[in-house]
Amino acid sequence: MTVATDLNMVEAINRGLGQILEEDQDSLLLGEDIGANGGVFRASAGLQERFGEERVIDTPLSEAGFVGAAMGMCLVGLHPIVEIQFDAFVYPAFEQLVSQAARFRWRTRGAYGLPLVIRLPYGGGTKAPELHSDSPETLFSHVPGLRVVIPSDALSAGELLLAAISYGDPVVFMEPKRMYRRGRQSVPDRFEAGDLDHAVVLRPGSDLTVIAYGAMIEVVQAAAEQLQVEGVSTRVLDLRSIYPLDLESILVAAEETGRILVVHEAPRHCGVGAEIAALLQEEAADVLLAPTLRVTGMDLPFPLSQNEDDALPSVERVLAAAHTMLEY
Amino acid sequence: MLSPPLPSDHSTDQVAVDLVARVSRAVGIQPNLSVGPSSPWRRPADRAPGAELLEGARTLLGLPEPAMLAQLRAWPRGLALRLFGAMARLRAFDERAVILQRQGRIGTYPTFYGEEAVQAASVLALRSQDWLFPTYRQTAAVTLRGCPPVVPLLMWRGHPGGWHDVMKYRVAPVCVPVATNLPHAVGAAWGAKLRGQELVALGYGGDGSTSAGDFHEACNLAAVMRAPVIFLITNNQWAISTPLSKQTRIPRLADKAAAYGMPGIRVDAFDVFACYQTVFEAAAKARQGEGPVLIEAIGYRLGPHGTADEPSLYRSPESDRLWESMEPLRRTRAALVAAGLASEQELDQVQADLAEELRDAGDALDGYAPVTIEEIAGTVHLDTPWSLMPDRLREPSWADRGGGE
Repeated sequence: MTVATDLNMVEAINRGLGQILEEDQDSLLLGEDIGANGGVFRASAGLQERFGEERVIDTPLSEAGFVGAAMGMCLVGLHPIVEIQFDAFVYPAFEQLVSQAARFRWRTRGAYGLPLVIRLPYGGGTKAPELHSDSPETLFSHVPGLRVVIPSDALSAGELLLAAISYGDPVVFMEPKRMYRRGRQSVPDRFEAGDLDHAVVLRPGSDLTVIAYGAMIEVVQAAAEQLQVEGVSTRVLDLRSIYPLDLESILVAAEETGRILVVHEAPRHCGVGAEIAALLQEEAADVLLAPTLRVTGMDLPFPLSQNEDDALPSVERVLAAAHTMLEY
Repeated sequence: MLSPPLPSDHSTDQVAVDLVARVSRAVGIQPNLSVGPSSPWRRPADRAPGAELLEGARTLLGLPEPAMLAQLRAWPRGLALRLFGAMARLRAFDERAVILQRQGRIGTYPTFYGEEAVQAASVLALRSQDWLFPTYRQTAAVTLRGCPPVVPLLMWRGHPGGWHDVMKYRVAPVCVPVATNLPHAVGAAWGAKLRGQELVALGYGGDGSTSAGDFHEACNLAAVMRAPVIFLITNNQWAISTPLSKQTRIPRLADKAAAYGMPGIRVDAFDVFACYQTVFEAAAKARQGEGPVLIEAIGYRLGPHGTADEPSLYRSPESDRLWESMEPLRRTRAALVAAGLASEQELDQVQADLAEELRDAGDALDGYAPVTIEEIAGTVHLDTPWSLMPDRLREPSWADRGGGE
């Protein structure tokens, strides 16, 4: 029997992690301060108590070490879920992910994968110190062999987390931490594994499609509401998978709405928006009614807190870009 | 006092012998063909740079001769010969690979000439369920677990068939960025311990790898978690052209173990018996729950870094010559024969058979058809994404899709 509860995103992740630990005896959690402390965001609160110190493991401060060790654990049959404390703290483990984890299946000619999940709280909007607000999804989506998944709400977080750990290849699971405690949503007692392959239309529309993911969904939804008032029917497409991209949903949106606007908080240069714009050029130039625009973070080190709102895409910037495209 | 035996040519194929000698000289390797110095199992010449590093290192072959022979005679003959056979297998691989590189049949190749003792010992001292985490310097180690030698040769030919079956042999894929394999060894060992599996993992590194961050993180994590892992650091005193003195201020790499709270043991890298015993003991301790061990195997890189390297640019040939007396296969041969554990003829036969097997493996390379890029694209992900499908690998054509008019 499924009992729905209203949870915020971090509570849903906590529930999902608990469900994984319960159902999959080979799974375990690794990370800094995730045990008694429950993680700095409390994503693993209470789990060490429930599952013991050998399933929910506090590590030394060594991202390269414990991400690398998680790979070795996979070789002996474990399914580790690694928490990186904050986005930019993943950089010391970048080599392990890029030079090692991503290449394992290729190095075994497709025979074996590493069932490894890297949980990465990411993104701005929380007035955090330097290097606590980065959006490095492009770095990982550029690396052959990694999947990059980003949920946008409590339900998708729980469902995609379950799908990620049962997938069988490394998944960089990026959690928009700005959304951790942003409202509650009815989620089931036990999650079903979500769909790692497809984007989701969160809002139907016919005049314009805004493609976004993670915390930007909230911004885009607010803009779509405003556009609705103006009589513009806006489709909101939540990517969820950054690599691979759901090309079909993107092309259907181009075909059906003729205008594609991409919104992300990561820097613009070589970002997801650039990739989508290029794909549209290659695959759908003849159906577009207006050139694709991007509303993105800036090509800056993510600003210190006083200026973060200047860099983050806002409802106003999304509306302005939408108007430009509609008036083209 | 026994007079030292004279090692002889090990190949029945004189053409191959000559070729080995010629190409080996060309890349600065002294092949195992010539008559050895008077006490091949003893010590490097005092003048050999770094000879003092061996002071206090565990050794059997470096003992005074009567003690050495007495100890060696106590070894099970079968084990001693298996160790020799494993070394000879590695040597045959290395010599064949250098020939194949010079013939243009494989690409640039990192020779491990001189590391046969420590590598053979490390594989044989472990059990088949134990995991090995090699670097590019140990590419033939997997052949000591039963993998056909053509597989690692294919790797150096740039053919995907060079990726061996990781799970079958319990040997991780060859790791190019040194030290990044060490955390994997820790994870395998630690994970096995968590699952109640009795296995040990061994990660290989060199003196250069101890300067890398992953070495530190791996050692620290292993010690904190008491993971049953062995860090086998072969100190050959050179990281390409960078000497040990520019790698660290610590003259003894094994001393670094103290900083992590684990034992550090020093052993003669050219002594297959001492290396075997050291790894065997470390594995036994690890299996008993006593945690990780750092082994520093002290040697000297007798050859170049690889076939593209020219050591005379940065070190003296005199230094190489002084260390050549320690060349481990000849040293082991001499000791086995002197101890009465094997005859020259037996050992010749072992080497001749292996040389032939490796010549055949080299010839087999030509039978492997190239793999298509479409096939490779299907091996990167569990579910191959659309962009890696055959019709999407290259740039799209509007004409094909009916657009662009």
